[in-house]
Amino acid sequence: MSTTNSTSASPVASSPIEAAGGAVATYVDERVGSNKFLGRNLGKVFPDHWSFMLGEIALYSFLVVLISGVYLTLFYKPSMVEVIYDGSFVPLKGIEMSEAYASTLDISFDVRGGLLIRQMHHWAALIFVAAIAVHMFRVFFTGAFRKPREFNWILGVGLATLALAAGFSGYSLPDDLLSGTGLQIARGIIQSIPIVGTWGAFLLFGGEFPGTDFISRLYGIHILLVPGLILALVTVHLMLVWTQKHTQFPGPGRTNSNVVGYPLMPVYMAKAGGFFFIVFGICTLIAGLVTLNPIWIFGPYTPDQVSAGSQPDWYIGWLDGALRIMPNLESYFFGYTISWNILIPAVIMPGLVFTALAFYPFLEAWVTGDKREHHLLDRPRNNPTRTGIGVMAITFYGLLWIGGGNDIIATSFNLTINSITWFLRLTIFILPPIAFLVTKRICLALQRRDRDKLLHGYETGRVLRLPHGEFIEVHETINYKELAVITSKTDIAPLPAPVKVDADGVANRRYRIQALRAKLSNFFYADNIAKPTAAEIEAAQHHVNHAAALEAPLHAYEDADEIRNAHGGVLHHPGMANSNTEQLTGRSEQ
Amino acid sequence: MTDISTNSQPGHGENTPAKLGYSPVADIPHRPRVADTDPKAARRAERQVASMFLLSMLFVLLFFVAYIAIDKSANVYIPVFGVVGAMNITLGFTMGAAIFLIGTGAIQWAKKLMPDVEVVQERHDLSSPTEAKDEAAANYERGKEESGFARFKVIRRTLIGAMVLFPIPLVVMLRDLWVSPPGDPSPSELLTTTLWADGIRVVTDATYLPIRPEDIPVGGLVSAAPADLMEVQELAGNLNARGKAAIILIRMDPSEIVSQQGDGWDIQGILAYSKICTHVGCPIALYEQRTHHLLCPCHQSTFDLADSGHVVFGPAARRMPQLPIGVDAEGYIVAKAPFAEPVGPSFWERG
Repeated sequence: MSTTNSTSASPVASSPIEAAGGAVATYVDERVGSNKFLGRNLGKVFPDHWSFMLGEIALYSFLVVLISGVYLTLFYKPSMVEVIYDGSFVPLKGIEMSEAYASTLDISFDVRGGLLIRQMHHWAALIFVAAIAVHMFRVFFTGAFRKPREFNWILGVGLATLALAAGFSGYSLPDDLLSGTGLQIARGIIQSIPIVGTWGAFLLFGGEFPGTDFISRLYGIHILLVPGLILALVTVHLMLVWTQKHTQFPGPGRTNSNVVGYPLMPVYMAKAGGFFFIVFGICTLIAGLVTLNPIWIFGPYTPDQVSAGSQPDWYIGWLDGALRIMPNLESYFFGYTISWNILIPAVIMPGLVFTALAFYPFLEAWVTGDKREHHLLDRPRNNPTRTGIGVMAITFYGLLWIGGGNDIIATSFNLTINSITWFLRLTIFILPPIAFLVTKRICLALQRRDRDKLLHGYETGRVLRLPHGEFIEVHETINYKELAVITSKTDIAPLPAPVKVDADGVANRRYRIQALRAKLSNFFYADNIAKPTAAEIEAAQHHVNHAAALEAPLHAYEDADEIRNAHGGVLHHPGMANSNTEQLTGRSEQ
Repeated sequence: MTDISTNSQPGHGENTPAKLGYSPVADIPHRPRVADTDPKAARRAERQVASMFLLSMLFVLLFFVAYIAIDKSANVYIPVFGVVGAMNITLGFTMGAAIFLIGTGAIQWAKKLMPDVEVVQERHDLSSPTEAKDEAAANYERGKEESGFARFKVIRRTLIGAMVLFPIPLVVMLRDLWVSPPGDPSPSELLTTTLWADGIRVVTDATYLPIRPEDIPVGGLVSAAPADLMEVQELAGNLNARGKAAIILIRMDPSEIVSQQGDGWDIQGILAYSKICTHVGCPIALYEQRTHHLLCPCHQSTFDLADSGHVVFGPAARRMPQLPIGVDAEGYIVAKAPFAEPVGPSFWERG
């Protein structure tokens, strides 16, 4: 494919290089049938929207992580053998440390460009996880996880989990004081798991903490197991995007059964390929300019030292925050201990969060009873309950994240740790529901506004005095783009309450589950503001026209047709100059 | 091959849209870009793209210059960023700019010179056509029949049994991820014992010097370890003993001690407590001498050392274990007994 790319992108047609490229393509095609694939796919259309780049950022930063990671494996030594440091970083000269830490110092100080690659690896990893998170928000809030894309959502949840595992295992490899502390916490969490926890911790660490095994074990996990799984899942993730074709936002000419955008070759290739270099370049620039994780300041790991203000990487912060704000519950019975203070925030809560994430598409589909395919994205306002749930989750996450930095916040803002912790212990239950309600109300208000715009047009801000003295504000019809977007809304009716005993006196055995479903369905859709019907628009339009008639040269006259036509799903712009067709034809005549 | 390349050339209209698999979106107004109508602007865009690629090459050259010329231990002052390694910032900037400019060049090319007309492609049903479904079902039925999977009950059941059993050895072999030390102690025994025993001297944790009570002023804090730690550590080749045995010695006015975990476990107001947090095991050394509170830097569990090390705040559930100490014949601080309760984080078998 790359051969084809380089040859056909050449501005000179039929050059010797292009001919050679063609020969190569033929050679390959005769052996693997590649032109069948190319023929079908070089013209594949991808829709354009800034938010579709979020997943790209995740993919590209992962590639940067892979490239820089390979380089690091050549210099890093995954060994806990104690050595005396003799590198060029003077303050640590002569100090006993593990070979892992010493080699990380060497990468940072004695390998030219080593620090750059190390920071590139770490920065790209942070960007990777962040991009996954924001990409997930986009997919969630626009309902892109709906049929047929449920599998891809689950793959995405798996990828997010693996990204956390990759990040945490890598963070622990330098064997500096901070990373060792993080591992000690991880061990404490594993030990809290009832029945199997103690043994699990002993097996994972090869005995007591810290032991001499964890670096080499984490190394295998970090450079082979986790990235291998990520690569495999990313491949399937992308293949599914490819076969299912990308979703698109509503807009003129965009329907549930088409894709409007740019062909892979050349526009999308240039844009996506260029964007890879932009992400790669930005990772490199940040790595050169901004110090990250200066492990030489923390010193080598020893289990009896710690530095104040210990902070994990950003994506572990919420879990650390949960640990921090949890009250100190512990139960003892029959000679056994259950540490709820660790189990709940660090094992049960994240387990529930990721399970809920993975199952959400199925829950919503069940509640909705919707079995159609969805290729046109929802506007977040058009599904207020889903949007509310999303904002609620973000609020929950944000509060835990604040908890993870409570010591930093306390020292920066002169607050006591105790008051911050108590604030979070209470608001973690209070604020997420409030966030849900507020978001839902905002969404519904936006829906009302959309309905108004459809019925009465937008407010121009021009106030007129009519001959008989009445003042009116002139409304004008919205433009065709906004019209297409607003009319894309599909109304979903809540399911009716089931009957307990039917007319023949037969008891409904599935009554309870059906009642639950109906309740949830009401919770989701009962408040929705219905899109105006054609008759309503007609009536309202008449009103607009009537008002407009009083002030002759208004666009409302001509545009009234547009609304009616658009509502029927047909876009028609009489006399519209320079349509796409003409544009393309125009090009060919140049 | 040539077919494909000409198809995608902007400005070549001889191929019908149908052949490409997409068609222009009808009836969306499109405003032509300057470069579409003005050949001068198009040439300008061309120059912009080319100069970005050229600059990228230049930065690669600069990268090599920096790689060879700059001393790797040199530091420079850069406003906003402070004092930074000269090598890192130069290599990062040149390499980053070289890569970044390829990206901006490609995107400028796409935005200014490639068609910006949106095209439309139809989606197709994802589910297989009926013939394919029937074919799959027929093949499945045939396979089921030919293998006899439905008929041979015994084969089926024994196969399931074998499939369930065979992975178990793979899991069992994970047992020796931890090889028990001599004496075969259980994990909980190991977690419960430390190096501390009657008569073991308390030494400073960095210089390994024994400590006399008068070395510690009131309000003072000393991080300490058992005297035999270095020996044990050398022998074991790991830091495990250190992780459990780390203690702190603090001294307060005896009248300020509200309670202790055992009668007379102090020496003239000197108390010895484990340094390992009972929450998830971070070492603790943030001590506020006025309130006698010990604060864990990881999750902010707070222990009152004047009152038996009880938890006064935070997520830790258990008090900090206290080590009974006394003075030996030479006047140095020693442990009088092992810890009475396990140090560090809780675990299932702890009781």
